[in-house]
Formats: sequence, C-alpha cells, structure tokens
Amino acid sequence: MAQFEGFVADPTLMAPAARPPAHNRTWLSAYFGTPGNALITIVCLGTIFGLAKLAIGWLFVDAIFAGTPAECKASSGACWPFLSAKLRYIFFGFYPFDEQWRPLTAMLLFLGACGASMVPRTWGRVLAVAWIVVILPTLYTLMAGGMFGLTPVPTTQWGGLPLSFMLSFVGLACALPLGIALALARASSLPAIRVLGVGFIEIVRGVPLISILFMATVMLPLFMPDGITIDKLLRAQVAIILFAAAYIAEIVRGGLQAVPKGQIEAGHSLGLHYWQIMSKIVLPQALKKVIPPLVGLFIGFFQDTTLVTIVGLLDFLDTVRTAMRDPQWQGIAVLEGYVFAAVVYFFFSALMGAYSRFLEQYFRTTHD
Amino acid sequence: MSLIYDARIRAFLYQLVAIGAVVFVAWAMFSTASANLAKQDIATGFGFLARQAGFVITETAIAYEPTDTFGRAILVGIANTVKVSALAVFFGTILGVLVGIGRLSHNPVLSRLMLAYVEALRNVPLLLYLLLWYSLIISVFPPVKQAIEMLPGVFLSNSGLVMPAMRWASGFEALFVAVVVGIVAAVVIERILARRRITTGKDMPIATFAALALLLPLAATLLFADISVSLDVPELGRFRLTGGYHVRPEFVALLIGLTLSASANVAEIVRAGIQAVSKGQWEAATALGLPRSRTLKLVILPQALRIIVPPLTNTYLTVFKNSSLAIAIGYPDLVMVSNTIMNQTGQAIEAIAIFMAVYLGLSILISLVMNWYNARVALRER
Repeated sequence: MAQFEGFVADPTLMAPAARPPAHNRTWLSAYFGTPGNALITIVCLGTIFGLAKLAIGWLFVDAIFAGTPAECKASSGACWPFLSAKLRYIFFGFYPFDEQWRPLTAMLLFLGACGASMVPRTWGRVLAVAWIVVILPTLYTLMAGGMFGLTPVPTTQWGGLPLSFMLSFVGLACALPLGIALALARASSLPAIRVLGVGFIEIVRGVPLISILFMATVMLPLFMPDGITIDKLLRAQVAIILFAAAYIAEIVRGGLQAVPKGQIEAGHSLGLHYWQIMSKIVLPQALKKVIPPLVGLFIGFFQDTTLVTIVGLLDFLDTVRTAMRDPQWQGIAVLEGYVFAAVVYFFFSALMGAYSRFLEQYFRTTHD
Repeated sequence: MSLIYDARIRAFLYQLVAIGAVVFVAWAMFSTASANLAKQDIATGFGFLARQAGFVITETAIAYEPTDTFGRAILVGIANTVKVSALAVFFGTILGVLVGIGRLSHNPVLSRLMLAYVEALRNVPLLLYLLLWYSLIISVFPPVKQAIEMLPGVFLSNSGLVMPAMRWASGFEALFVAVVVGIVAAVVIERILARRRITTGKDMPIATFAALALLLPLAATLLFADISVSLDVPELGRFRLTGGYHVRPEFVALLIGLTLSASANVAEIVRAGIQAVSKGQWEAATALGLPRSRTLKLVILPQALRIIVPPLTNTYLTVFKNSSLAIAIGYPDLVMVSNTIMNQTGQAIEAIAIFMAVYLGLSILISLVMNWYNARVALRER
C-alpha cells in the first residue's frame, strides 16, 4: 500500500464528495409540480367532475326507474322503464316473440365459441373444422329453423344484435379468403391479373361503404335476370364482404411485402410451383404478421355494419332507433336508446381492442 | 401438348381467362340491365342532368333554386360534402394534435383523460354518435317559437342557430383582391426574410413584417374604396325565422361527429409519431437547455411529421368518405342529393355511378395532394 501513497492527490484539492442530487419528486409533484401543471390538473379534475355530475344526475338522481311513459315525460332524467319495456325488441327485432330463445341461444353459443377461439392454444385445424361443420350450421339452424321441429323464420324477421354479429362476422370470415386472393393478385407477376386486382382494391377503397350498400340494394336488382330475386339481407352481406375484402387485401399485402424475397427463391430452388410456395411458405409467415391489424380492422367493420340501417335492414342500431319511434315512447326516450347502444358497442369494441393488444404482445414474444 | 407446359404460354392463358371472365360478367350484367330497364320503361343516359330538379335543398353552399337543373343539384351536393369534410378535417386535425400531445403528458390526470376521450370515440360507431348529437341538439334546445335570443338578432333553437348575415352592396371584389394580395405579399416577404436570415445570420422580426404585408392592403381598401354592407337581421315570425344566416342542426351534428372521430384518429397517429422519434432527440434538446414545449415544437414535431403524414392521409380520406353518413340525419350531401334524384327519376345506375365517380376522383385528388406534401416533409437524403 505504502508505495502508492505518493499518488494520492491532496485531499484539499479534491472536490468534496457530493451526494447525488436528492430526488425529492413525490407523487404529488407529478400533479402539482409547476404552476402550469397544477392548472392542468385542476382543469382536468374539474372536467371529470362536471361530466360525472352530469352523468350521475341523468342516469340516477333525476331518473325514473319504474313508471309509465307519462311519468318519464315529466322527468328530466333517464327513463329506465323504456329500456325494460323495449329490451327484447332492441336485442331481437321482429323475431317471433315466443321463439326469441333461439337467437339468444345462438348469440350465447356464438360468443362462447368466439371466446374459446380467442385462446391461442385452441388454434389449429380442429378449430376451423369445428366452426365450419358444427358451430356455423347450428347457428344457422337455430336462426332459420325449419329443421328438428323448429318453426321456420324468414330472414326478413331477423334483427337486432344477432344480425349485427352475423353481418360483421360472416362478412369478415368470407372476406378473408377473397382479400388474400386479391392481395396475391396485386402482387402477381402477370400484368393483367395485377391490373384487375389493383383496380378492384382501389375503386372499393376510394368510395364510401354506403355507396356499395346502395349498389347492392338499389342497383343490383336491375342487373338480375327476370324472376331471380336475392334476399335483401344476403345482398347487404355480399356488399360488406366485397368492401371488407379490399381492406383486408391491403393489410395482407403489407404482410406479403414483409416476407423476405429469399423465401420465394428458396421455394423455387426446391422445385415448388407457385401455389405450393404461396400456401406453404409465404402465406403462413405473412398472415401471422397481420393478425393484430386484422383484429383492428374487425373492430372497424363491427361498427361499420351499423350503416345497413340506412338501406333499411334491422340491425342493432336500427332496432334501437325504431324502438324510440314507438308511438308510446316517441319524444320521451330520445337519448336512452342511443346511450344504451353506445354502451353495448363500446363493450364489444373495447374487448376486441384489448384482444388485439394481447395478440401483438403474444406474437412479439413467441418465436417459431 | 408441350405448349401447356410452357410457363409463358400458361401465363398468357391465365390472363386471358381472367380478362374474359370479367368482360363476360360485365357484358351479362349490362345486357340484363338494359333489358330490365327497357321493360320497366326507365330512361337511360345522363340526359336527366339538364332537366329541372324541382326539389328543395335545405342547405346550399353554392346558389341553388328548385328551378335549377339536376346537374346543379349534384354540384350543390358536392359543395356541401366538400364544405363539411374540409371543416371537419381542419378542426379535427387541430383538436387531434392537442389530444395526441396530451396523451403523452407527464401529468397522469391529463394523459388518462385524453386516453378516455380517444377510447370513447374509437369504440362507438360514428353513425351512432351522429344520431346522438343530432337528437341531443333537437331535444335540448327549445322549438323555434321559443327561440332563445342570445344577442340581438342571434337566435338559438332546435332548428339551429340563426344570426345576422352580411349582404354586400358594393366593394366586395375590391376587398377580396386586397385579401389575396395581402396573403401573397406576406408569403413572399416571409420567404425572402427567412432566406436572408439563413444566409446572413441576422435576426429580423419576420412575423411583424409579414403581418404588415397582410394587413396594409386590407386597411387601404377599407379606407379608400367604396364599401357598403347591409345587415340582414333575422326576424322571429310565428312559425319560423326569416332572413339571416342559418346554421342548421344537421350540419352542426355532422360537423361535430366527423370532427370528433377525426380528432381521435389524428390523436393516435400523432402519439405514435412522437413516440417513434428516438429518445436521444429529447435528451439532446434538454441538454441544450430547451424547455419541453420548445423541444416539442422545434425538434420532435418536425421529425414526427414524416411518420405522421402517410397515415394522416388515410384519416382525411376516411373523414371525406364518412361524410356520406350525412344521409342518416338529413344533411344534403352528395349521397343524399343523389338519393333524391334516384327516387325522382328512377335512374339509379346513373345517379350511383355519378356519386361513386365523384368520390373516387376526389379521393385520388386528396391522395395526390397529401403525397406531394409528404414528399416535401420527407427526409432529403444526400
């Protein structure tokens, strides 16, 4: 030790060992650290308080919980009896009253099956077969009837939430293969195929959904030969499928572009032909990348199905609107129905949004 | 036989089949449609555009009378669509940028409030919000008979806001020219002074000079030109308000709905763009002593803009297409006017073809403008 003593600097020349600056930020300083910050906090809290007061006052304090339309008219708050009187109509539309257990069962089965399919562990061929062979036929039989002693119910009587689910789910399920085909067409090396693909995708994406729904409901009957009429529900469904396919194609295209070119070349060098390369090498990698944005797209389409109410289909939003137009309640429950519908849509959309974030996390952490 | 195995010939055959199928379907649809139309005695062609429309349009961004033609009515529809979407894009962008920055605030109350705002707007269908705002306006404000007179001549009722309108007697052209000259002069002066500051390093009050250039022609015109304006003050009649400028509830509901939904999307894009700028940029700016607000304005936002612009284009296109929901609450946009024409003339194919072509054309136009802007803000690599 002694030989190093000469190297030790004069302690008086050294700066005093300073403590690291004290971190005196308490939890409060995040809220009231500076005058500006304090002002922001106070304004935000005031806004939250004002909104909460408004909402609680309308929903509970001034609300009527049981009573007649006349009592509701006299009060300024929410009219809960409207909801309880109209709830079954709002959910199921003009579906025969005594048979409404069928759409209810179908909806619960559908939601249960969706919930099960959301768990990554269940994914696989078995699940796909189960959907096509068991679940979808069961749902259709429950809704349409005509078998197993169930009274037939024509599609014109379908309505409400099951219809909204059907339009968005069937729409996206059928649009997915079409969208993949369109994306492949757009990435094709054959110029004519590419032009057709690009043309379809860009035209559909350049116009609003409502114009395609108009085409399907107003224009399409003119294009049909005599004597052939297509169900209005089916026409709207086809419009939604075509619309969704164009958007899916753009998302899938992003996935296709993210697959390195070497993968395709490797497939060629193995002697595989186009369809083998696409179905066994490129698409599995591409589709996995685009699952989270596809779920995001699904949320949008679930909300966009509300547009069918403009062409006169009885979806969930439309049953809410017509319920409010019931002569008995007209002009009384002007907001209740919309607020209720907003809560329902919010619930399902937020659920899917959370699932989309989960999937992003899931795909980021799994390697295979 | 070996021809089938030639890749080039097969490629040619595939394309031939695809084009053939499309042409065949188009031909089949066209021939059945023309047969059906002939049978139902519906006229075809665009001749109806020159005929008298004969229906009232409640809101006209350009002059229109029921005696005008169908073609004019469609133009009014286009103008109304452009008007409401342009305003919604403008307000939605400002609101969205503020909300997006608020989402990243260090203040937990503010960032959570902004998160709630975005989630509430993104998880409920726009159409539902439009109907909700519309019925809120209709049910909260009193009927016309008991219209609230907020200021002298400004009436608020459930048929909208009516306020005094300015009617130009003379001098409008001079004033318009003065404003245009002022804007051009301000831009030119700003450019010149900014370039001089870069080359010489001398700071100058650029904003003051530009403001002067903007205001001087206007002031000169106001002083020396012959300008006379008459006020058209609305009057409360027994059943309705006559005269004045009328802001209708349909327009307001649509504008609020589109603005809010655009702002939620813009907020998410802005947030993602700011977060994509590397953290080192923040730290470097802080090390230089820039306060947080100037860091954001001078360092972060210019870089974030490059990431923000492409998705922003999509949002603007969405707003423009979503304005077609106007038909649900009765704002006479392009779709609603076309729908009326469709019902009056029975010419569904032509009416739908027109409005789809207009949407497609304007969508392409918006894309082009935004691509041009994107090329301007993009990183210039040397």
